[in-house]
Amino acid sequence: MKIALLDYGAGNVASVERALQRLGAESQRVATPECIANADALVLPGVGHFETLIRALDDRKLRVPLLDAISRGVPFLGICLGLQALYAASDEAPAMVGLQLFPGGVRSLPAVVKLPHMGWNRLLMKNRSRLLEGLDADVYFYFAHTYAAVEQGQETVAVCNYGMEFVAVLEWENICAVQFHPEKSGEAGAQVLRNFLRLCA
Amino acid sequence: MSLARRIIPCLDIDGDRVVKGVNFVGLRDAGVPAELAARYNSEGADELVVLDIAASRDHRPTFLETIRRVAAELAIPLTAGGGIRSAEDARAVLRAGADKITLNTAAVARPELISETSREFGAQAVVLAIDAKRDGDQWVVMVRGGRDSADLNAIAWAKHGVALGAGEILVTSMDRDGTKSGFDIALTAAISSAVSVPVIASGGAKVPEHFKDIFTSGQADAALAASIFHDRIQSIRELKEFLSARGIPVRLPC
Repeated sequence: MKIALLDYGAGNVASVERALQRLGAESQRVATPECIANADALVLPGVGHFETLIRALDDRKLRVPLLDAISRGVPFLGICLGLQALYAASDEAPAMVGLQLFPGGVRSLPAVVKLPHMGWNRLLMKNRSRLLEGLDADVYFYFAHTYAAVEQGQETVAVCNYGMEFVAVLEWENICAVQFHPEKSGEAGAQVLRNFLRLCA
Repeated sequence: MSLARRIIPCLDIDGDRVVKGVNFVGLRDAGVPAELAARYNSEGADELVVLDIAASRDHRPTFLETIRRVAAELAIPLTAGGGIRSAEDARAVLRAGADKITLNTAAVARPELISETSREFGAQAVVLAIDAKRDGDQWVVMVRGGRDSADLNAIAWAKHGVALGAGEILVTSMDRDGTKSGFDIALTAAISSAVSVPVIASGGAKVPEHFKDIFTSGQADAALAASIFHDRIQSIRELKEFLSARGIPVRLPC
């Protein structure tokens, strides 16, 4: 199986690559429309700015092949900014158009808490989840972000509460995404990646 | 639900070895970076910091290689710093496998370095490290590994750094570092209440009570220590069990 790791130049691809390797999964860094079109599974890691990610996708003409692959049913995992990119827009870069797979926007967490939301936090389950299978309800995951998807829908399977509730895990058909960093979340994160690999098989 | 307080072991790196000193002097060998990293990763550390204490240009390739080796052992975040003078230096450190960089002396000399790196890598990747020393009724910022005073108020500098884009403050008490007499609660609380970003307290930790105090009275979001973990004076697991039993939210290792 070819797991394509979208490498658009900004995300920390190496750590996701290593985390998959530890689980015995081979991944390939990709940055061309052809490679995305040929992938058996897609992972969109992301740290940094919404604008950087969206611009990188558009500059490299990856938006259309990415959306095509997703609509063909290719398993997709978005991480952190890779979750936020699935929405229509983000307040972090209002001029940028997101992938628009889910309605609503990405907003800043409220300033009543320390920002960025940095560190280990727990989830609140909203729906049955395939990604979180085999994990206790009280496990911690590592978050590092200021912006978050706030609109909940049927795809929202778990939220986190930090200043306000936001989408922490979403699953919709072949689309999976997490706001935390599974590659940095110890054994709990490894289990999430393992579950995603199982969905890919 | 609440954000867990973080326990962060720190590896002071000289070349390809971990070292530790008292009050920034009297360095002695404390082990191989990748081996310690693997141990802390499995013992439940929430994050790891590696600092290049020599921070000389000649040692740069060695330090980057150390970051690579350490990162390969970790399934937790890695912060690396020491000698980062430009966005290019920062990029090399992040490319080697770090998730965040710390800026210290070079940011004092040229504060725009904070905004440049924050813009390029995001605020969550930029930690402003402040070495602070008590001077009368205030704390002053020390630079160059604690050798020189920067003639800068530590609290004012922390606020300025956050305004420029730092996503976290790592505050080290020069008065307490290596003394094992407890974290500097007044200093940490003063900085934590002055800024809107998470604060990591460093310097002086020995017993579990020190950690409890810095998370409560000291208002720290994370606590960093080195020798007590390296020398197995304190196990991370027992420390977290102690804190958890006292109502402080921590991530207990499974």
